[in-house]
Amino acid sequence: MDGVFLNPDPAAVDPMVPRPFRIERRLREVDGCFTLHLKAVDGRPLPYKPGQFNMLYVFGVGEVAISISGDCRDLNTLVHTVREVGTVTRAMAKLKPGDCIGVRGPFGNPWPVEEAYGNDILFVTGTIGLAPLRPLVYEVLNRRDRFGKVVLCYGSRGTHDILYEPLLHQWRGRFDMQVHVTVHSAHAGYRGRVGSVANLVKIARFDPEQTTAYVCRSETMTRPAVQALHDRGVTSDRIYVTLERNMKCGVGFCGHCQMGGSFMCKDGPVYRYADIERIFTVREL
Amino acid sequence: MVQIEGLGRLLAEHPFFRDMPDDVREIVVGCCANAHYRPGEFLFKEGGPADHFYLIRQGEVAVEVHAPGRSEGVVVENIGEGEIIGWSWLVPPYRWTFDARAADQVRAITIDAACLRRKIEGNHELGYELYKRFIPVMGRRISESRLRIVELTTEPGE
Repeated sequence: MDGVFLNPDPAAVDPMVPRPFRIERRLREVDGCFTLHLKAVDGRPLPYKPGQFNMLYVFGVGEVAISISGDCRDLNTLVHTVREVGTVTRAMAKLKPGDCIGVRGPFGNPWPVEEAYGNDILFVTGTIGLAPLRPLVYEVLNRRDRFGKVVLCYGSRGTHDILYEPLLHQWRGRFDMQVHVTVHSAHAGYRGRVGSVANLVKIARFDPEQTTAYVCRSETMTRPAVQALHDRGVTSDRIYVTLERNMKCGVGFCGHCQMGGSFMCKDGPVYRYADIERIFTVREL
Repeated sequence: MVQIEGLGRLLAEHPFFRDMPDDVREIVVGCCANAHYRPGEFLFKEGGPADHFYLIRQGEVAVEVHAPGRSEGVVVENIGEGEIIGWSWLVPPYRWTFDARAADQVRAITIDAACLRRKIEGNHELGYELYKRFIPVMGRRISESRLRIVELTTEPGE
């Protein structure tokens, strides 16, 4: 599949026009989940910040919002980890190295990093939520001396669907990072934790008075995660969460992702919890 | 006597009993014993008589479900230091509903349930103090189980 007919002017910056990217590598992650390594056909990098997303376009099928999950310092490669859940992502799963897809972006409000300087850092996530959080983990580790303790609490369904498991082992092997992993169920004799992610927050070692927490979970599971953080004494102004809605245009035109007065594609998907606490539990919003 | 004093101190240090009035807690001490379990050893098995409950002092206990056709059980939760395991002794017919197996070296205080039930019948204040502590634990675990069902159905998802 060749997408060079798209966006022929390399200087064009129209956010509605996809740029062609070629698939360099395709990695199989856990079941139903894969990672694409993309390179711009025109060679121009696509700088982004942790927490931002792109609209990925499978030609002839459709477009879908996918968070960027690579290291934002590596400008040569754009990395997206995708779960097969719909028509577009299922079509995307069939693409092979050498195929092209369209990319619009980056969009959205990134995870704030500088605001957390001097604080302990707590990442709370589960299943594929680690993918949008990974660029932030990389960035925090790249600036490791600016932070206190760095703690990652991650949960998955079972022992066979722990996303980026080798990377988690690598992080756990560092002397300057705590990595806590829990699963919902396991075989007898499993040496790790079995239970909820909220329980990991209870046992993690950090200073609640000086901690910035980044939560990347489904909205339903963000609530108990935030509650566990509140129980430990982390206040709402130091908790960042992500929200998800059906994003279409990516630039706040179409209103598909509107929540109250906020467009998630441009004001989110990352929010300070204190700023959205009032509307977070409003039903049907 | 020395052992009883030691158990009284261990009981007072455990988070579950820490804030219980001294005179009430002392009634419980007579039903307690120290226990040690090696990794893989069962504390109790599903269907067996729920004649004890356990205060975990050290180590982790895996709560398991036996699954037909599998040589090993499925672990559904880990319970660790500072927590309690076992509430089936409170509810007739006093039978365990899960297996509990030491995930590593476990040191615990076991409390004789029959002894405690007898004492509760004669001392309702003791019963009140125990229920006040058990019900929040049971509520929290039910709530966590419900949330895990939600988690399984909403993560991952569209």
